[in-house]
Amino acid sequence: MIEVLSLSKFYGKKAVVEDVSVTIQPGKITSFIGPNGAGKSTLLSMVSRLLDADTGEVLIDKADARKMKSNEFAKRVSILKQSNYMNVRLTIRELVSFGRFPYSKGRLTDEDERIVDQSLEYMHLTDMQDQYLDELSGGQRQRAFIAMVIAQDTEYILLDEPLNNLDMKHSVQIMKILRRLVDDLGKTVVIVLHDINFASVYSDWIVAMKDGRVVKNGPTEDIIQSDALKEIYDMDIPIQKMDGCRICVYFNS
Amino acid sequence: MRNSMKMAVLALIAAGCCAIYLFHDLNGSFDYALPRRVVKVVAMVITGLTIAYATVVFQTITHNRILTPSIMGLDSLYLLLQTLIIFFLGSGHMLAVNKEVNFLISVAVMIMFALLLYRFLFKKGGQQIYFLLLVGIIVGTFFSSISTFFQVLIDPNEFQIVQDRMFASFNNINSDLVWLAVVIVGGVLIYAWRFIKYLDVLSLGRETAINLGVPYDTIVKQMLIIVAIFISISTALVGPITFFGLIVANLSYQFFKTYRHRTLITGAIIMSIIALVGGQWVVERVFTFSTTLSVIINFFGGVYFIYLLLKARNAQ
Repeated sequence: MIEVLSLSKFYGKKAVVEDVSVTIQPGKITSFIGPNGAGKSTLLSMVSRLLDADTGEVLIDKADARKMKSNEFAKRVSILKQSNYMNVRLTIRELVSFGRFPYSKGRLTDEDERIVDQSLEYMHLTDMQDQYLDELSGGQRQRAFIAMVIAQDTEYILLDEPLNNLDMKHSVQIMKILRRLVDDLGKTVVIVLHDINFASVYSDWIVAMKDGRVVKNGPTEDIIQSDALKEIYDMDIPIQKMDGCRICVYFNS
Repeated sequence: MRNSMKMAVLALIAAGCCAIYLFHDLNGSFDYALPRRVVKVVAMVITGLTIAYATVVFQTITHNRILTPSIMGLDSLYLLLQTLIIFFLGSGHMLAVNKEVNFLISVAVMIMFALLLYRFLFKKGGQQIYFLLLVGIIVGTFFSSISTFFQVLIDPNEFQIVQDRMFASFNNINSDLVWLAVVIVGGVLIYAWRFIKYLDVLSLGRETAINLGVPYDTIVKQMLIIVAIFISISTALVGPITFFGLIVANLSYQFFKTYRHRTLITGAIIMSIIALVGGQWVVERVFTFSTTLSVIINFFGGVYFIYLLLKARNAQ
C-alpha cells in the first residue's frame, strides 16, 4: 500500500500540489485524472522521489520513502515518465536489461537474463530485441520502456501518461498489458491518464485532481458520473453505457 | 571485431608508443636518458588518463558530447593564478620557482574553486547542471579577461614565463610532482571505482537513473568533484590541455559503440596515451622541438571538433 500524507509542492508561492492525501490500494489500477495543470504528474514525481516534496510524506508499505535506500526503493516502486530522452544508442534488450540494475548492478546473472527474456516476451518484443531504440516507432519504444519496468519487477508501477502520442491500437495494447500485470501478476499500477474513457474502461479506482488538490477519490463507477465529472472538468459530460463500459461522450459538451 | 579485441590492439599500440619513446635512439644511456624519459612517459600517461576519464564522465553527466570540463573555468583559473603570482610576486619568487609549492597551491585553489561552485549550485538541489555550466563559462571568461589585463601590464621578460605556462608542455617536468600525481590519481581512481557502474545508468537520463535506484544527486556531486580533482592535477602538472579530452572521448565512442563506461573510459585512456606519447615522440624527433604537442593537439582537436559539429548537424 502506498500512502500519501498531506503532500505539497510549491513553485515560488504557487502551490502546484497542495495538501494531498491519498491511499493507493494494492492489486488495483488507480488512474489519476484531471485537467491540465492539476498537479497529477507532479504528485506522481513526488511519490516516486523524482521530485522532493516541500511538505508531507509518502509511506510505502508503512515505511517512510525518504528513509529508504535508493536501491531498495527501486526494487519496490518503479516510475516511467512521458519523455525518455537518452544520448546513448541502445538495443531493446540492453534497455530492458537495465531494469535489473537494482538487483545486479550491471552484472546480469542467469536469473536476471531469464527475467529479461520473460519481460520481452510479455511485451511481444522478443523478435525485435536486437533492434536499436532510435529505429523504433513511438509505440514500440513505449513498449520497450514498459518492458524495462516489468524487468525491474516492482510491486508498484507508476506511469506518467504512457499513452501520450500513441494511436488507438497501441494505447489499447498498453492498457491491456497493464490490466494483465495487475490481474495475472498481482502488481499495483498507478497511471496518469488524459483520456477519461481509458480510465473508465481499464481502471479500478480513480483519483481526480484539480488545482493541486484531490477533488474526487473513489471506485471507477462512482467517479464516471455526470455530476462528478462536472465538478472535475466544469463540463456537462453525458455518459453512455456500451457493452458494460461507461463511455463519456464529451466531444459535444 | 569484438570490443575486447579492439582494446587489446589499442593497448598494444600504446605499449609500442611507450617503448619507442623510451628506447629509440637511447644509445645505451640507461642511467641518464632513460629515467628522464620514464618520468615524461609517466607524466603523459597520468595526463592522458585524468583528461580522458574526466571528459567521459563529464560528458555523461551533462548529456553532451561536445563539452569538455574546461567549461567550468578551471584552466582559466590556473592561468589567472600563474599570472597573478608572477605579476605581484615576480618570477623569482618562491611560488613561481618552486614547482612543488606551485603545483600544490594550484591544485588546492582549483579544487576549492570547484567545490565552492558546486556548493553554491547544489544548495538549491538537483537539476542545476546547465546553470553550473553557464556560471562556469561566465566565471571562466572573467578569469581569462583579468589574466589578459595583467599580461598586458606585465614586464615583457616576465610575460615569457607566463606564456610558457599557457601551453601544455611535457618538457621540464618535475619528477617528484609526477610521482605525487600518480599517488593522488591512483587513490582517486580506487575511490571512484564503485561509481563507474552507475555511469552507465546515468546516461539514460536523470529520471530513469533515479527509477533504477541510482542516488543521482550524490553520484553526480561525487563525480563532479573527481572531475575537478583530475583536471586540476593535469593542468597543474603540464598546463591547460583539456581540449584534448574532447578528441579522445569522441574517438572512444565512435570506436567502441557501447554504453558501457568501463570500456569507454578505458578506451579513451589508452587512446590518449597513444596520442600523447606518440605525438610527443613526433614533436621531439620529427619536428625536433620546433613546435609543442599542445599546438598540434589544438590543431587536430579543432578540426575534429568542426567535423563533430558538422556531423551532428547533418544527422538532424
